[in-house]
Order: sequence, then C-alpha cells, then structure tokens
Amino acid sequence: MSLFHRHQGLTPYLLLAPGVLFLAVFFVVPLGFLAYQSLQSGNFDIGYTFTWSWSNYWDALHNYKAQFIRSLEYAGIATLLALVISYPVAYWIAFRGGRWKNLLLLFIVAPFFVTYLIRTLAWETILSDNGFVVNTLQSLHVLGPSGRLLATSTAVVTGITYNFLPFMALPLYVSLEQIDGRLIEAAEDLYASKLQAFLRVTFPLSLPGVVAGTLLTFIPAAGDFINAQLLGSPDNHMIGNVIQSKFLELTDYPAAAAMSFILMGGILVAVFVYARLVGTEQLTGTAV
Amino acid sequence: MTDQLTRRQLLERAAMGGAAITFPGILAACGSSGSKASSGTTSVEQKLAKTLNFSNWTLYIDVNKKTKAHPSLDAFQKKTGVHVNYVEDINDNASFFGKIQGPLSRGQSIDRDIVVLTDNDRYLSLMIKKGWAEKLDKSAIPNMKNLVDVQKHPNFDPDREYSLPWQSGMSGIAYNDTVTDPVLSIDDLLENPKLKGKITVLNSMGDAMTIVMLANGDDPTKVTDKGWNAAFNRIKKAVDNKQIRQFTGNDYAPILARGDLAAAMSWSGDIPQLGNKHIHWNVPEAGGAIWTDNMLIPKGGDVYTASVYMNYVYDPKVQGLMEAGDPKRNITGIYYIPPVKGAGEAATKYDPAVAKNPLIFPTAKMLDGVKIFDSKALNNQKYLEQWQNLISG
Repeated sequence: MSLFHRHQGLTPYLLLAPGVLFLAVFFVVPLGFLAYQSLQSGNFDIGYTFTWSWSNYWDALHNYKAQFIRSLEYAGIATLLALVISYPVAYWIAFRGGRWKNLLLLFIVAPFFVTYLIRTLAWETILSDNGFVVNTLQSLHVLGPSGRLLATSTAVVTGITYNFLPFMALPLYVSLEQIDGRLIEAAEDLYASKLQAFLRVTFPLSLPGVVAGTLLTFIPAAGDFINAQLLGSPDNHMIGNVIQSKFLELTDYPAAAAMSFILMGGILVAVFVYARLVGTEQLTGTAV
Repeated sequence: MTDQLTRRQLLERAAMGGAAITFPGILAACGSSGSKASSGTTSVEQKLAKTLNFSNWTLYIDVNKKTKAHPSLDAFQKKTGVHVNYVEDINDNASFFGKIQGPLSRGQSIDRDIVVLTDNDRYLSLMIKKGWAEKLDKSAIPNMKNLVDVQKHPNFDPDREYSLPWQSGMSGIAYNDTVTDPVLSIDDLLENPKLKGKITVLNSMGDAMTIVMLANGDDPTKVTDKGWNAAFNRIKKAVDNKQIRQFTGNDYAPILARGDLAAAMSWSGDIPQLGNKHIHWNVPEAGGAIWTDNMLIPKGGDVYTASVYMNYVYDPKVQGLMEAGDPKRNITGIYYIPPVKGAGEAATKYDPAVAKNPLIFPTAKMLDGVKIFDSKALNNQKYLEQWQNLISG
C-alpha cells in the first residue's frame, strides 16, 4: 500500500503494463514483421530477401483494384443493411422489452453459438436454387424463371450482413438502453411529435452505439473471405480471397503482406473520413 | 538441428526480459523462411514408439459407423502395441503446407510421424526437395513389393525413397440425372448453354487443366505454353460467360446432390461416398486425370514406427478391409483407388459390391484414359499465378 502511495505516479503505468505488453507482443511485433515481409522479394523456392521492394504495393493496387473496391463496397452495403435491420430491433428491446430484455438479447446472440462456417453454409441451403426463398421470389417475378441468388453479389452481401448482425445490434442496444426516458418525455411535453422526439433526442443520443456498431461491422466485413468463397462466384471475390490465395496457394508472402497493409490503410482512411463526418466525440463518447 | 533457433532458445531469449525481445531478434526467429532444414541422415533405431501421430484427410480411412472407431487402426494397435493418434486435419494441400512450413523451415518438429499430400499439387515435391521429409526405412516395409507397378517410379520420388501412396483417385465429370441429360464431355460441360450457371470446376489446377487439355487434344503430361494457353482461355471464357458458377474443392458434392448444380468436375471417390443414385460419374470422352495421395514422414517423425505402419497397410488383407469396409460389421471403407496389389481380391470377401465398383477398382480401359499432370507445370510460377487469379476473381 505504502509503495503505491509513494509512487502514485507509477500506479497507472503498472496497471497498464500487462495490456501494453500483450499488445506489443501480439500486435506490434507481428505487424512489424508483416511490414518487413511486405517489402521482401524472391520466391518460396529460393527464399525471400529484404530489398525495400515497394513494387509489391504498386502491383497489388494495380492488379487487384477491383477486389479492393468490391470489398469496401460489399462491407459498406452490409453495414448499412445491418444498421437498418438492427436499429428497430434494438430499439424495441430497449424500450419495450421489459422483463424479457435478456431473453430477447439471447435470441440475437443464440445463432452465434454455432461456428461461422456452419452458419454461412446454412445460407447455401436457405438461398438454394430450388429452395423456398428463390421459389417465392420467382413467383413474385422479382427473380426471372432461371434466376438464382447463390453465386451472386446479393448472396455474398446477405451472408456478410447476417454474420455481423450482433456486432451492430448489441452496441445499439447498449446505447439505446441507457437513454433517460425522461428526456423523451420532456421533448413530448414541449410539443415535439413522436417523430421529432426520435429524430432530435433519441437518435442523437444513440449515435455512440451507431458509430461503434458500424465500425465493429465494417472493419471485419471488409477483410472477410468466407462469404465470398462459399456464396459468391469468382466475380464476387473480395480482397480477402486474393490474400488467402496469395498466401496459401502461391506462397507469395510479400504480396499477401503488402495487400494486408493496403487493406488496413484503406479501412483506416474510411474510418477517418467517417469520424470526421460524424464527429470524433462519438467515437470515444459513451452514451449520455 | 544445432544451427537452428529452437523453440526453447526462442523462449529463453524472450525470458531474458523486454530488452531481449528486440525487433531484429524476433525477425530472426520468425523469418528464416528461406533456409533449409538441417539435413543430416537420422540414424534409424528400430524400436517402436508408443504412439504414431498420423495426419490425414477427412473421411479417408475405414470407420465403424456406430462406434466411430477405425478398425484397421485398432487391429494395428493389437498387433504391435502402437497406438495411432489419427487426426483428420488436412483439408487441402495448400493450407496444410502453410501450417507446417513455418516450424519445418526452422528445423523444428511438427509432432507428426506421417502426413499425406497429393502429387497433383506442388507441395509434395517441395517437401522432398527442401529436405523436410525423412527417408523411409525400407527394411521395415517388405510389403512394398505389393505396390502397383504404375506407382513405382513417380518423377517427384523416382525410387520411392521418401513416399508411399495412400490412395489414388480420378478426376472427371459428375452429373445429376434429375437436372440434366448425361454430361459426358468437357465440350458439354463448359459450352452447353443449357448448363449455364449450373456447373462447377475443380479449383485444383492440375485436375482442371489435365481434363481440359485432353479435351483440346493437347498432352497434359508435357505442358507447352501453347497447350496451356488454349486450355486456360477456354476455362476463362466459360467464367466470363457465367457458364462456370464456382471453383470448388469437394464442397461441390452436396450442391450437386441438392440439384442446384447440373454437373461438376468431380473426384471419383466423392461419388460412392455420396451414395445418391441420381449422381453419375464418368471419365470424360477425351480423358480424365488421376492423382495420388502420398504418405510422407516429415522431418523429426519416428521413421521406424511410421515404416512399420506403412508395411501394415500394404498387406493386401488389411488394405482390402480399409477399402471396402464390411457392411456386416457396420464398417464403411475409403472407396478411393487402393495402390496395393491383391486388395481387390481381399475386398471381395468383405463387400463384393465395392470390389466390383469401377470407381474403386477401375477397369484397365478407365486407367488408360486418365493422365497425370506435368509436374514441371505444377511448379511454374507464371501458370500458378494465372490460375489463382482466375479462380479468385
């Protein structure tokens, strides 16, 4: 006790140390190694040497522009869809869930006790050419008689949306649940309509949840490759698929490392622009 | 081993404290990807280990459907006292190689005594070339005499010093008769407009290119740029036309059985395993591909124990049971093509239907129609890159 008193200035650092050490060993060092590898040249047979080979980056950008853009596009659409789907659900649970709140939250999380791969494979069955969904859409003339969903961008985006839904729904729920109901009452007392009260009080107060949810969804979704692999055709492959094939099939580690860095850079830029638009305090702010 | 950084040394360096975990130090520890494993011949001590660690592909050994036990492994334990730690952790050559290459390149053991890799991918020959495979102890494998003749001198291991076949399989075309008329040729598969968006092609370059090159009248055992380009462009055209729905590993099988696919480039062994009477498999009119999965002892594996096990599975009686299973005892077999002479006769005793199945014991005519892809082309970086770019968009 006395030690801590005398060195009060040190205490926060001591408490931080395990976390910092963990990040250093399992994040910074591997990242540094990846950066080092991304500037190597050579091939698996003769070995790789460090040569400041920036061409890995230019080649990746030049040859796989389409996949980079597609990844950001699919992840963006999926994030938006997840937001539109989860917001009403989270809102309803937070304000109307009553004593069933925890059970309802469990329902959102329940499918995620099953592994990622199996959940994605389940969509192969749901969207099957002769399945219920496709048949219904065909009878409604949304899809042509020979139309299908599997191996299309629709299926890939659907899969991503589904797989990342809880990452959106849970932060939304947390920020909505913390809103003081009296603020909404006050707005209504001051003659705000239900819609106005929502738009000017509830929604702004839930913004930290929206921001956290979109980031938690968008960032991993942009690097996903399972959905594109199982539910898409080669036309729908994302940058994750290319990185995977470069790394495992071609054992071209420098190219794969360079692409990972470009993806990371792209996501950082997207997040930065987003933060500027929404306001940085929402990124760090806790609800109310 | 001595000139390599062992796992213990790495830990010791880490334990010296924060200052010791310098960047270059860690880089040196992780980044020796180009270096070869130490290649002194290990002196073979002919003493059986207690456990044999065996990594294999999924659904690739005899299994009792009720108890999930592997009767051939149990019998081996009874006979020799060696417990086989049988792990089904190989799904494709590339991922498995990706997993083991790190430790092997650092001269560390991967704690496996036998692994199984395919000859139509480049990793099998890479393992031998890099010195990451132990020599077999042939004195412990007298049953090697039962190896079928065509397998005796493969170009990646001309005298079978490092490898022995586990099973072979053919690549051809499977179709679902509830969806389509018979699909018997590549012309039909890749160009029949009725099948648009209803077919898949194997993502294994060797298989797909062998079949398409044969259809083009080119020789896949001696690949030329001209033959390669013709076949590649033909497949690319089918991708651009949206004829090809996906490139797959064996995940095409359930989609084909469900009827979402009309036809698929397919591996022979998958079809008897599916057991669906509407799915038919055939060698394409112009010929198909044949591949062989090979057992290897990775560096640091127990050579003698592994060799004794190999000798055991090369006993025709054992191989017959592994292949055909035994319906009376609820045992399912492997249903691929065994590399052991006499396995067919032995299999008749257990399951005559399997012994007569041409997908498992192919006729001489079928074997004439299937070719092995040029191993030089398998390692051609330009081809590999072209192929990967095609199948991953």
